[in-house]
Amino acid sequence: MTAVTAAVRPGGRGLARVSVAVITGRNLRRLVRVPTLLAFATVQPVLFVLLFTYAFGGAVHVPGVTRYIDYLLPGIFVLAIGFGASQTGVAIAEDLATGMIDRFRSLPIPAAAVLAGRVAADALRNLFVTGLMIGVGAAIGFRFHAGPAAGLAAVGLAVATGLAFSWLNLLLGLAIRDAESAGLAGLFPVVILFFTSSALVPVATMPGWLQAFAKANPVTVITGALRALSLGGPTARPVTEAAAWLACLLVVTIPAAVASYRRATSC
Amino acid sequence: MPDMAIVAEGLGKRFGQVTALDGVDLELPAGGVLGVLGPNGAGKTTMVRILATLLRPDSGRAVVAGFDVARRPEAVRARIGLSGQYAAVDPFLTGQENLIMIGRLYGLSRRRARQRAVELGGRLGLAEAARRQVRTYSGGMRRRLDVAASLIAAPSVLFLDEPTTGLDPQGRMALWQVLGELTAAGTSLLLTTQYIEEAERLAEAVVIIDRGRVIARGTPGELRARAGADRLELACPPGQDPRRLAAALAPVGCGEPAVDEQARRVVLPVADGTGILSEVAGRLTAAGLAVSGLALRRPTLEEAFLALTGQPSAGRAGTGPDPDSEPAAAARQAGGSGSPR
Repeated sequence: MTAVTAAVRPGGRGLARVSVAVITGRNLRRLVRVPTLLAFATVQPVLFVLLFTYAFGGAVHVPGVTRYIDYLLPGIFVLAIGFGASQTGVAIAEDLATGMIDRFRSLPIPAAAVLAGRVAADALRNLFVTGLMIGVGAAIGFRFHAGPAAGLAAVGLAVATGLAFSWLNLLLGLAIRDAESAGLAGLFPVVILFFTSSALVPVATMPGWLQAFAKANPVTVITGALRALSLGGPTARPVTEAAAWLACLLVVTIPAAVASYRRATSC
Repeated sequence: MPDMAIVAEGLGKRFGQVTALDGVDLELPAGGVLGVLGPNGAGKTTMVRILATLLRPDSGRAVVAGFDVARRPEAVRARIGLSGQYAAVDPFLTGQENLIMIGRLYGLSRRRARQRAVELGGRLGLAEAARRQVRTYSGGMRRRLDVAASLIAAPSVLFLDEPTTGLDPQGRMALWQVLGELTAAGTSLLLTTQYIEEAERLAEAVVIIDRGRVIARGTPGELRARAGADRLELACPPGQDPRRLAAALAPVGCGEPAVDEQARRVVLPVADGTGILSEVAGRLTAAGLAVSGLALRRPTLEEAFLALTGQPSAGRAGTGPDPDSEPAAAARQAGGSGSPR
């Protein structure tokens, strides 16, 4: 080797920041290069907006809301972000199986960096996905009724929801280890919670036994907060409740995912 | 730079009921090369993972590049390179992007990481493919890229877990060449392998691990000596039963002859190599037997392995704990793969 000096010195905080950025870059590259991932980020959210609007829009009449799209879109944010996050579980399980995690764990970077880099890339994707859905929604009649600041807050809340989904799916991927099973395990709760929430129809139209569950359902709570920010009305309480749900999820999933990563090795 | 690249004492590791490592001691002087040989499931990979800070040992301790792997894992990580059994590279990044990514994660500057990526890509024959996504690479190219990634930050201690598995002969030679240059320049290398030839080619010292224990250690030459006698290898002409040949010559040997009926070959350990040749000739004449080829040679490490473990080195591939593989099959296999070079 031509006069190689050991160029590596553990860089402390600086390296932590760089490593998160490097991992984020890796995931963003994959996002635009892997067809499945690109479809999850582009085609699927657009289809969700159009399909649910035109399939349910004629049948569902929500009291106090003129256009169904105004009611629907916040729920579709949660659905699209939740579906997209299942790819995060798939990706980490694949990294585990292919030895990428072994390699990352042998490097002088903090344990959380690989996971945080993934979550950061997911957040950027979700920002794009939310913007795309707002654009498509606007083309077919969606409007923010509570002003631009509240609209931005809604986007922020949607992205924050994505953080919780991403950490949850990282944990699932690391625990389940099989990519396909991890993907399904990530979708399953989203499907169940989405259809038993107020995302598509008001909770009041559901049978009584389901109403109790639907009201406590985090998708209902988060969708409620997003609606408050986009349709108008009191925001303090719904947004606080949604933030509390997300904080609880993050407080549980982040340490669990990091601990699981620290022990993870292939096979 | 500490004198010892690796010191491990009494490393033990259990996974549930399975004892993967059972008190392994190892030493690798700085700048040296240690080959770890053993069949599948012997504990080689577990040992590498402990030394590379991926697993914590249940017992014992290990110091790598001057730092305790359990107490100062981050200091160890800054000084080691690891290439595991899989090609751990991202298929959707280009070869160069993979190398730069790993270099940046080691703390190299952007410029330095790029420089090293180009340099190593060239050395490992990946320059032309550097800007192609890795999913278009052959298995051998991925493997070389993986090794390049482990070298990106010029680590002082390098761990390679079966680095040439899946490489074609040219790829293997190219990698051996690079590893030879690296170790000549002072990098300490621990490599596990199932290829005796690889250990002989690269390693100054060899340990043989079986069922989580070191069952032999020494230089390749010493281990050959432990395998005992020289080998008399006879080729049996067509139309003659190689077992008759073995039976006729068995009294000359100092161990059981191994008969490979497929290859029509008999291998006999002999104590006094050259001294017995006239007796061999006499016995063949007396029995009316002919040979179509005869060679006297030193035992291969493969045979040393067989003598020490009672198993050929790749004999238990993928079957888990299987202490009683068929001895005859083992003998045949050893005879078949122990052809003179």
